[in-house]
Amino acid sequence: MMKRFDMMHRRRHLRTMLCAAALAALAVPAHAQLTIDMTKPSFEPVPIAIVDFSGESVGAQIAEVIRNDLQNCGLFRSIAPSSFIERNVNANAAPRFPDWRSIGAQGLVVGQMSRIGGNIKVDFRLWDVVVGQQATGLSFTSQPSNWRRLGHIIADAIYKRVTGEEGYFDTRIAYVSETGPQTNRTKRIAIMDQDGANNRYITDGRTLAVTPRFSPTLQEIVYMAYGENNTPPKVYLQNVDTGRRELLGNFPGMSFAPRFSPDGTKVAMSLSKDGNTDLYEMDLRGQTLRRLTSTPGIDTSPSYSPDGTQIVFNSDRGGTQQLYVMSAGGGGERRISFGDGRYATPVWSPRGDYIAFTKITTGGFGIGVMRPDGSGERLLANGFLVEGPTWAPNGRVLAYFQQQPNSGSRSGSVSLQQIDITGRFQRQIPTPTDASDPAWSPLIPQ
Amino acid sequence: MRTIKALAAVAAMIFMAACSNNEQAAVPASTTVTPGSVADFKQNVGDRVFFDTDMSGVRADGRTTLDKQATWLKQYANYRITIEGHCDERGTREYNFALGERRANAVKQYLVAQGIPAARIQTISYGKERPLVPGSDEAAWAQNRVAITALQ
Repeated sequence: MMKRFDMMHRRRHLRTMLCAAALAALAVPAHAQLTIDMTKPSFEPVPIAIVDFSGESVGAQIAEVIRNDLQNCGLFRSIAPSSFIERNVNANAAPRFPDWRSIGAQGLVVGQMSRIGGNIKVDFRLWDVVVGQQATGLSFTSQPSNWRRLGHIIADAIYKRVTGEEGYFDTRIAYVSETGPQTNRTKRIAIMDQDGANNRYITDGRTLAVTPRFSPTLQEIVYMAYGENNTPPKVYLQNVDTGRRELLGNFPGMSFAPRFSPDGTKVAMSLSKDGNTDLYEMDLRGQTLRRLTSTPGIDTSPSYSPDGTQIVFNSDRGGTQQLYVMSAGGGGERRISFGDGRYATPVWSPRGDYIAFTKITTGGFGIGVMRPDGSGERLLANGFLVEGPTWAPNGRVLAYFQQQPNSGSRSGSVSLQQIDITGRFQRQIPTPTDASDPAWSPLIPQ
Repeated sequence: MRTIKALAAVAAMIFMAACSNNEQAAVPASTTVTPGSVADFKQNVGDRVFFDTDMSGVRADGRTTLDKQATWLKQYANYRITIEGHCDERGTREYNFALGERRANAVKQYLVAQGIPAARIQTISYGKERPLVPGSDEAAWAQNRVAITALQ
């Protein structure tokens, strides 16, 4: 049943990957043992052995992409290949399970590569070493240039088979690349694969550009950028593949804090004029603008619920910054945050079950989650300055940015961080420069 | 105020001396402030007013500065101004864009109330993106919660 869903899901987007199929099991699947319940209060990362894929030289690199993805998500422990006992594993036959059990492996990943015309084909299998059965097996065919994506897609398949959750490895992260002194920073929009590969720049750095946000249709981002000669910032929509850039409404004053609706047809944003900041929604097809709030306070950082019916946002209408939820068309506004301190940058999970936020108290900054009704508030990370959560598409992992204190003119580092929703696994996401404002893409269409 | 008058007198003397000698007076730049110049505005009037944490109300010390700004701007009516609102780093990026705009607008409203035409005044917010002073301590943050009146 699960496998069938996998195949249908893959088939829907087979333009770039060309082909994916389930491999026949080499043995009748037994009752699954190789599972992780992410919601359990504690568990040990699953030891997994990933053998260099055979048949093509790029097979070793693909295996390394998979090892990094699984190791970095915190749920797996990648066993060093130097400790493997069975060498030259035949990908089309059962492995010698005792050899893998003796090095502590619970999962084993093997892959066989071959050429079909100008394309590369990968047959991979995940073995449940404990019960000695195949847990999953899939086949992918693609252009050779897509080899990194093949690795991520296989890592996603393993993650899904073991956790029951969708993977998030075949994704990209847009962010703000920061260079130069504190008082005159260059801030450019950049984009990279989720694991830091294929980094490139979307804006040229001549004017400040910040707060990138991904479209649910992936190829487009919205962000805020200042104009030339100190003209007020506006919101731009840019295709990350073609580079085509479009000004979203040339409204008087400042436009900022853009966010796509879940169907990608609208962008909510703040417009600021004469000292007052309210929320508006722009319809991208009709280029029409609709006002959503009208209070004397600052209303900003809007984020849609995944069903598109509600918007959570940040307002100081009650005196301090708090989180409010309203109908997507405006109205019915109600406060949901009631803890100590100020709350900002709410972001609705793509699953709908949580809202992530930045919290500011006298002691510092925190990244937390609460349910959409404001209950169950939980802080995941703290620091001198942590800000701006963004959800991985599975709604189980977040990224945010962390700034260390500056010591006089010596700048503290600014970096992207990743944390899972339990708060157990935190790691820095590598970037070529200082980095802020991460925006996680949905899964890349295949 | 006494200092300003003294400086103006020195500047006037230097100016006259330069004219009578028909040559450039070689004196340090800090003492050659021409009345009505950008440097005059910055040094003798003050181009910035400061704010309390997360606040956009103009404080008493800010009102003193803005009163002087208004007097000067009426005297030198050829200048247009842009008021830049800034915030310290202890807030979120998006909220600080709005807070900086609110600060810039508070200064604009004050100057308009003192008789400066609104048409001469533009505002822009840099949020926490362009701190004036580096550092992560209260002294730096106090300098970075600011609205700057820039002459054009």
